[in-house]
Amino acid sequence: MKKTLFDKVWDSHVIHKITNGPDVLFIDRHMVHEVTSPVAFLGLKKRKIKVLYPERTFATADHNTPTLNQHLPVKDKLSANQLKALENNSREHGISFWGLGHEKNGIVHVVGPEYGITLPGATIVCGDSHTSTHGAFGAIAFGIGTSEVEMVLSTQCIMQQKPKSMRINVSGELEKGVTPKDVALYIISKLSTSGATGYFVEYAGNVFSQMSMEGRMTVCNLSIEMGARGGMIAPDQKTFDYVKGREFAPSGGNWELAMEFWNNLPSDKGAIFDKEFHFEGKDIEPMITYGTNPGMGISILKDIPKYNSDKGQKETYKKSLDYMSYKEGETMLGKQIDFVFLGSCTNGRIEDFRAFSEIVKGRKKAKNVTAWLVPGSHKVEKAIKDEGILKILNDAGFELREPGCSACLAMNDDKVPPGKYAVSTSNRNFEGRQGPGSRTLLASPIVAAAAAITGKVTDPRTLF
Amino acid sequence: MSYDKFQILKSRAVPLQIENVDTDQIIPARFLKATERKGFGENLFRDWRYNSDDSVKKDFVLNDDNFKGKILVGGKNFGSGSSREHAAWAIYDYGFRCVVSSFFADIFRNNCLNIGVLPVQVSSQFLSKLFQEIYENPNSKIEVDLPNQTISILNIGLNEKFEINNYKKQNMLNGFDDIDYLINIKSEIEDFAKKSII
Ligand code: SF4
Repeated sequence: MKKTLFDKVWDSHVIHKITNGPDVLFIDRHMVHEVTSPVAFLGLKKRKIKVLYPERTFATADHNTPTLNQHLPVKDKLSANQLKALENNSREHGISFWGLGHEKNGIVHVVGPEYGITLPGATIVCGDSHTSTHGAFGAIAFGIGTSEVEMVLSTQCIMQQKPKSMRINVSGELEKGVTPKDVALYIISKLSTSGATGYFVEYAGNVFSQMSMEGRMTVCNLSIEMGARGGMIAPDQKTFDYVKGREFAPSGGNWELAMEFWNNLPSDKGAIFDKEFHFEGKDIEPMITYGTNPGMGISILKDIPKYNSDKGQKETYKKSLDYMSYKEGETMLGKQIDFVFLGSCTNGRIEDFRAFSEIVKGRKKAKNVTAWLVPGSHKVEKAIKDEGILKILNDAGFELREPGCSACLAMNDDKVPPGKYAVSTSNRNFEGRQGPGSRTLLASPIVAAAAAITGKVTDPRTLF
Repeated sequence: MSYDKFQILKSRAVPLQIENVDTDQIIPARFLKATERKGFGENLFRDWRYNSDDSVKKDFVLNDDNFKGKILVGGKNFGSGSSREHAAWAIYDYGFRCVVSSFFADIFRNNCLNIGVLPVQVSSQFLSKLFQEIYENPNSKIEVDLPNQTISILNIGLNEKFEINNYKKQNMLNGFDDIDYLINIKSEIEDFAKKSII
């Protein structure tokens, strides 16, 4: 039978099949952070068991951490408590722990790839929905709940029904100023936030083969925003070059063995997907969201759509626009904004900072804008300094903060105040996501840069 | 962790007729700082239940004394967004044992099943009827029968079958969880791990 990339990775990890039930799937690598793991560790304690394979689990602190003065004790008591719990649990069970200040610390989905934890053909889980990021390497990677975190810690397995398969093809080329983030927001706007629920997505076509590994991570990261369990892209030479030599990647004879497996991963010609979509790269423009879910995105040049469907949905739509204080038919260009957030596991990598700095270079931050520039990891932070990007940012009136999830979910102090508008490179524009009452416009790093310079929604292509 | 067994639930229901209710609304991120599974019910739908000065938002359904019960009925695409199991905990802790919608986000559905909240997916027609009935007659009893996989609006005698995978159904009926099962096949897991090259 012809197999898809997804089938090949999945089938090679099934230990046990339950009739009329889920498959038992072996998990190669597991990442944990402070927020969704404490109750799982408590569960182990109650059951009086230890982590089965501590060398397969990696812990980093990111969700709850401050992005200023990380060398000082964390002020918020509850956050400090959670960070301490992660440290204690990791030590007790012999898990690698990259806490605040550790040189490898950063957002879980940024550090995974950086240190070769993320590998092609692997199964990777984490108690965070954007685990889908790691699919960029041709891994099956998905977010899990805390009960499942406990399951993986105690048995290195998870029980899952095999999802259906979907392939999304984007052919042709992207125009200048159109980024991987725009590709993802475009696809979500077409499929809606539930369009891929129940499916695992493979992204295919020229646009993805030409994309850098970091761009692929951005796209796969956002798979969850259309409801998919995860997204993946077939590994190619670019993938192997990226992975080779990283600390936790296989080496020597194991690398050869792995390559044999990885080379066979791409979907067989003629493999059948349960659902398939086709888009053209040239139809995609810089995108921006205007509502309260990531599916409510449009080309930055278009007007907010009018709604004309049945009543229940219309009320939801209206509620969303009311929250944003926007009206149907208004244009997004020129809308005033107050905050800009560059960061998160969606767009907090070095290429994102390069792209942002290219726009702001030689210009000045708008006075009315508060900008939070938060690298995804210490490694990214170091590259920003080494490449001279920090100087460009500083000259333009921006400051760099320390790594973490920050305003992506606003668990720390980086909260957008009620009623204020933020152009954000993160992944969710839900009500209150960036702080109670905050209003989020999701966009690419260069749309964020254009907004930071002009103080309003601006087409970045006018600044090239 | 085992949880209460779920067999047949007969209860009034609380209508939340909104689509795409995401887990950030169910439990906002700032309430995820606990290291124990306690007290999440207080903050269920926090920003829809309370104003920023902690005063009660009277027009939100959880603050409406007309509606009570162990069944929460939500609009399409319920539970999208973050993987936080805290959302399911908050629902459970508040006192709901069952969530009904015409469509659930995947991770949320799994989380519910893992902690003893039954997600019941119904047709959109049934869902509209259900909302209509609860609004017109808030005392109306809904019966969720897990062994027979049916949900009934008793008052008007309307019922529908729902799907649940048999393994999960047995777990819910008995209050078992997956870890008990996996620990029993530990030697299979160890054999597999030995062969892994990653
Ligand atoms: S950056 Fe945002 S989406 Fe990514 S792991 Fe952190 S909180 Fe989750």
